[in-house]
Amino acid sequence: MPKDKRTPVEQSIDPAAQEMLIRADEIGVSTAFSRADAMTPCNIGAAGMCCKLCGMGPCRLTKEGQTGVCGATIDTIQARNFVRAVAAGAAAHSDHGRDMAFTLKAVAEGKTEGYMIRDVAKLRTVAAYYNIPIEGRSPTEIANDLADLYIAQFGQQRGHIAPIIRAPEKRQKIWQEQGVIPRGIDREVVESLHRTHIGDDQDPEHLLQHTIRTALADGWGGSMIATDISDILFGTPAPILGQANLGVLKQDMVNVVVHGHEPTLSEMIVAASQDPEIIEYAKQAGAKGVNLAGICCTANEILMRQGIPAAGNFLHQELSILTGAVEAMVVDVQCIMQALVKLAENFHTLVITTSPKVKIKGATHIEFDEHHALTIAKQILRTAIDNFKNRGPVQIPNARENLIPGFSHEYINYMLGGSYRASFRPLNDAIMTGRIRGVAAIVGCNNPRSTQDYLHTYVVKELLKQDVLVVQTGCGAIASAKLGLLLGEAGLNQVGPGLREVCEAVGIPPVLHMGSCVDNTRILTVLTQMVEDGGLGDDIDQIPAVGLAPEWMSEKALSIGAYCVASGAYVIFGGSSPVSGMPDRMSDSDAVLHYLTEGWEKLYGGKMEFDVDPDSMIQKTLEHIDRKRAALGLPAYDPERFGRSGDARILELEQLPLAERRAALYGVVEK
Amino acid sequence: MSRYVATRAIRGSNALVTEAEFMLRKALAEKGPDTPVAFPNTAYYLPLIFGMTGQQVETIGQLGSVLEHARELLHPIPAGRHWTPYLGETLDSGMATLLAAETIEAIRFVYGLQPEPMPGFHLAGGTAFTSPDAGNGNGGSSKADGHLNGPIDDIQLRSWGIQLVDGRMPGFAAIVGAAKSNEVAVKIVRELQRRNILCFLSGNVNGRSIIHQLVEEGVELGYDTYTVPFGTDTLSAVYALGFAVRSALTFGGMKGGMARDILLYNKHRVFAFVLALGEVDDLKYAAAAGAISFGFPVIADTIIPEILPTGVTTYEHVVSMPFNEIDGKDDLERAERLVQKCIEVRGVKVRVADVPVPVPYGSAFEGEVVRKTDMRIEFGGKNSRCFEYLTMAGLDDIVDGKVEIVGPGMEGVEAQGCLDMGIVVQVAGRAMQQDFEPVLERQIHYFVNGASGIQHIGQRDIAWIRISNAAADKGFNLEHFGKILHARFHADFGAIVDKVQITIYTDPDQLAAWLARAREAYDYRNKRLADLTDHAVDEFYSCTLCQSFAPNHVCIVSPERLGLCGAYNWLDCKASYSINPTGPNQPIKLGNVVDATKGYWSGTNDYAKQGSHGVVNEVAMYSIMENPMTACGCFECIVMLVPEANGVMVVSREDTTMTPAGMTFSTLAGIAGGGMQTPGVMGVGKYYLVSPKFIKADGGFKRIVWMSGYLKDSMADELQAVAIREGDPDLISRIADGSNATTVDELLAWMEEHNHPALVMDPIF
Repeated sequence: MPKDKRTPVEQSIDPAAQEMLIRADEIGVSTAFSRADAMTPCNIGAAGMCCKLCGMGPCRLTKEGQTGVCGATIDTIQARNFVRAVAAGAAAHSDHGRDMAFTLKAVAEGKTEGYMIRDVAKLRTVAAYYNIPIEGRSPTEIANDLADLYIAQFGQQRGHIAPIIRAPEKRQKIWQEQGVIPRGIDREVVESLHRTHIGDDQDPEHLLQHTIRTALADGWGGSMIATDISDILFGTPAPILGQANLGVLKQDMVNVVVHGHEPTLSEMIVAASQDPEIIEYAKQAGAKGVNLAGICCTANEILMRQGIPAAGNFLHQELSILTGAVEAMVVDVQCIMQALVKLAENFHTLVITTSPKVKIKGATHIEFDEHHALTIAKQILRTAIDNFKNRGPVQIPNARENLIPGFSHEYINYMLGGSYRASFRPLNDAIMTGRIRGVAAIVGCNNPRSTQDYLHTYVVKELLKQDVLVVQTGCGAIASAKLGLLLGEAGLNQVGPGLREVCEAVGIPPVLHMGSCVDNTRILTVLTQMVEDGGLGDDIDQIPAVGLAPEWMSEKALSIGAYCVASGAYVIFGGSSPVSGMPDRMSDSDAVLHYLTEGWEKLYGGKMEFDVDPDSMIQKTLEHIDRKRAALGLPAYDPERFGRSGDARILELEQLPLAERRAALYGVVEK
Repeated sequence: MSRYVATRAIRGSNALVTEAEFMLRKALAEKGPDTPVAFPNTAYYLPLIFGMTGQQVETIGQLGSVLEHARELLHPIPAGRHWTPYLGETLDSGMATLLAAETIEAIRFVYGLQPEPMPGFHLAGGTAFTSPDAGNGNGGSSKADGHLNGPIDDIQLRSWGIQLVDGRMPGFAAIVGAAKSNEVAVKIVRELQRRNILCFLSGNVNGRSIIHQLVEEGVELGYDTYTVPFGTDTLSAVYALGFAVRSALTFGGMKGGMARDILLYNKHRVFAFVLALGEVDDLKYAAAAGAISFGFPVIADTIIPEILPTGVTTYEHVVSMPFNEIDGKDDLERAERLVQKCIEVRGVKVRVADVPVPVPYGSAFEGEVVRKTDMRIEFGGKNSRCFEYLTMAGLDDIVDGKVEIVGPGMEGVEAQGCLDMGIVVQVAGRAMQQDFEPVLERQIHYFVNGASGIQHIGQRDIAWIRISNAAADKGFNLEHFGKILHARFHADFGAIVDKVQITIYTDPDQLAAWLARAREAYDYRNKRLADLTDHAVDEFYSCTLCQSFAPNHVCIVSPERLGLCGAYNWLDCKASYSINPTGPNQPIKLGNVVDATKGYWSGTNDYAKQGSHGVVNEVAMYSIMENPMTACGCFECIVMLVPEANGVMVVSREDTTMTPAGMTFSTLAGIAGGGMQTPGVMGVGKYYLVSPKFIKADGGFKRIVWMSGYLKDSMADELQAVAIREGDPDLISRIADGSNATTVDELLAWMEEHNHPALVMDPIF
């Protein structure tokens, strides 16, 4: 039975989204929101109790003591489903990393068009991790070696993948002892598929051990490689003013929305959109120019580096087309809904697929190739401009908010001490004194099964009031951005007293936007550096920090969650667990679920939990943070002790007339 | 930072860098790029620039790249709304400010505008232990008049070294601006002096500087009083940071350009803070942002935004303590609280003994000079006799705290007159040993000198004490010597001293009797000390006092080789160990003799490795050529090989002139310090020169071919005794000094002419 249809206000807290959802109703088209209402999830699949791995099934286990045809128990089936999901997520991130590595190789060989090595300092730093010689060598020579090394990580068969050495020593030792250091990125993904084939690995704990290894191949492998190379080729992000939400689309310009995940094409489209020839072409078409906007993590990539506005997060992909103002939606990989094409048929919007891996029936395909990147980017833009004349009625919600993204770990290091004293010391100090109670990484997707952005922003706002510093990536970051939480101003009036002092001292927003979902590795690097700076224990699991993915939906999120757990983090997913079981009907059908929590915590110090209630997520987060604080011997959190410093008093005094102000500020020097 | 502070600091730094660029262009046009630039008596070029960038600036032309770097560090001021972060940017701008400020000061030196002229001003500079009436140090009286101090020279930095490292001098205050009133200015400085905190003075508020305030109140300013007037503008505050940089280079073994290490060294080891008095303008904000990179917090006596989160500094970054809002019954009490706050914010470790005397007390006053014209009365010197004697007594034989004057007081003596005096200190304690008597007795010098307006020179029966008119007017009298000694012996040596009784003798008969007893004791101690040879003991002592400053340096102190600072001999270390068994002086069991000539024992080698954290593997106690002992930076003399002369030269810290090695003491010190083992170069205490074990493995005292004239003069008797010991009574006159040889050629000619024995000794290497 379909559920009752929710109202727009129940579907999203974002007024721009609500406006577009009303428009969708008026036009009579479906969206992910309405389809979610119409589609009841399969409760057996949702509990992880359905096995469709072979032709003897699918087997749906719903009764006490039941097994599959092959005899697979419920926990084996759940563990197999889980490791497959993680493997798919790891594959997505890592394949992204692989393409970046190939691009770096091509740049080093001078075979690309339009790319260059923008951040030589980062290239040298990264190369130095792996003892690639840097002194007296040109950037392309170093890049060539690094590209070779990184490309080799994917197909490597034995040993350890290289970036593992960047983890805290104690953590590496734990992985060594548990036998979970990935041998090669692809190998772990392939082995996940092999092990879950009919009649292979049928020990749930053994399967879940390999889940960790596969996830580590993502977090400390493919994803880390992707982030490194993106920074090297496109610049390491630093804070920059940007904007978010559908209001960034422009009535009088050709709107091109880039959507997906990889920066290689989108960066080129950014470059092409500023080309005088293209601007002139747009003007000839009757527009003022080309307006670029991003959706999903492509948005984050170009927002972090170029300040290109974000039209929205995952669930805004359809809504942006609903404005009628989008000439082209250019997509590459991951999180692209097939529904776009059908939806676009109601408007003039062209959906342009570009990745050799991703075609959607009915979409225009202009295949991207880094060897002719700029030429293709211009071709795409011309196609979009040509489409401007076909535009029909337009309704762009007047909703957009400013934000300051760009918090790479390199910049965080710099911002806390300048060029000469860069370090994480002030952050560690702030946590140790209790000005910052702890850190929450609130990441992940949108999910139309919950009210869009609600869980993200509710949890963020409540934790900020509790002096928890929030770092975000992906769609979660854009959710907060839409509410102005990514501005310095929010650091003054949306937070507890201690965090306010820190925000004001550094000039940061209370929510630090650290990039796309592949950039969650930046968070691993930050945590590692916090450990190295001292005072917060000697491993990541001791830091008072929690990871949350309140609106998760993709398999990538599960992979991220698993590598964070393996790195020592407590990770709370909102929404339902893919391995929840049905303990009310079948005892022990939640054994795997419990193993992800208690079993993994014993081995890695981190654990994975699923919780649908935001207040409970907040409570668990704070309890965990306070427990970790106590374990480190840090003072208990007490907001009363802080909040005295800052500009407030002097700004008040500056309102006084000159003479009074002088007397008030400086007193009078007696002669 | 806060956005307000960031805005003002960044604005100030942009303005200053622009001004420096303008001045540089002018200087290049008027003076030319090859005109030398330098600060006086330093081997560290322009020290802040050298430390932060590694550039060895010696000419105006080289300043161009410094300012280019400064400009790269500048940033735009934060936006009014939707700002990007500003902390890192502000700290960078602060560093740009310091680089520009030092550039400007260097150019001002070229134009003769630094040190800042101040007609009629007199610097209280120079070293003690000479007659107070014989000039005022700094090489002569005239050099100390008519101008402010400008940058601190390396000599002074090193002579303060031991105090900085042993905690007697806990840190420095860079005071910028002007206090609310002269009275407050004096009180603030007195409070800091009382805690032995160096005061560096600079800056002004509307043209009026704390320097003016203190001068008007007759406060002596200069090295002697730990109160150094840099200049009346904010820029001169950069000298404080140049001093900080050199602390790291001198004692921390760091090299120019190791900016991050130098800054962290200061954060962790140099307890300094900025005290901003009066209005804080853009430039002061900018300079303060530079100081914060050193880990030095800023305390203001006006309303400025506070920055309390920590990290770049150890405690709060910026603290505002508006003077009028400080609790206190009057301004003096408010000033006292302000200073207390500064100390708390920087986490300065301060030991203050409460000494019940009517004058200010603290080791900041140790170097004070009482000139004849300012003198109420003197004891000792040319016209009278003064001795001091400390002896052990039974616990039941003395009364703790009893101070008795036997004979007439000082009241009857005419102004600027003199009186014979004997100070007899009797101490008792379960842990007291006779060996400690001379160690404790030597402390009388420091203890008495700590009183403001009192000067103490010499020791034993050649002590020489003066009381100034100012001190006498405040009621200081003979009894107070006893009060000081009682308080300080308890405070500093409470672990071995339970009771202290002091008797001051002015009665001629009693005085003569006690003098005779004292002399017997001196004689006995001399003989016993002479008996104390390295081979008569089975343990030496380590001294790691300096490791707070020079982390890998370790002194090994033997009976015949005292610490290189001159302040700790074997007995001192032994006493120190008794007082504090886990302290910086630990016994080193000698173990097996490895090489008696060169001075290797298994125990000393093991200790050297351990104490230096593996940097040094072996130490030869008696050689300069093979594994010589390392040095922190506070050595009294440098001994250095002169290969052409087949011998060594000895340069004393007081000597600023050129040596035959082609380097002055300051430059040599850069080679000798920092805990590095450099064959052929060694920092030593000057009494090691007269030890029979002085570079014994390399030929001993006869290897000395050149020494600073200051040493020849000040140690004439001791050196003559060595000459006799070495079998050549004319030996000292065969040794060249600065007056007859400043080059190797001149030195060799002198040696030929005077038949120096080193010429016919075996080759030294």
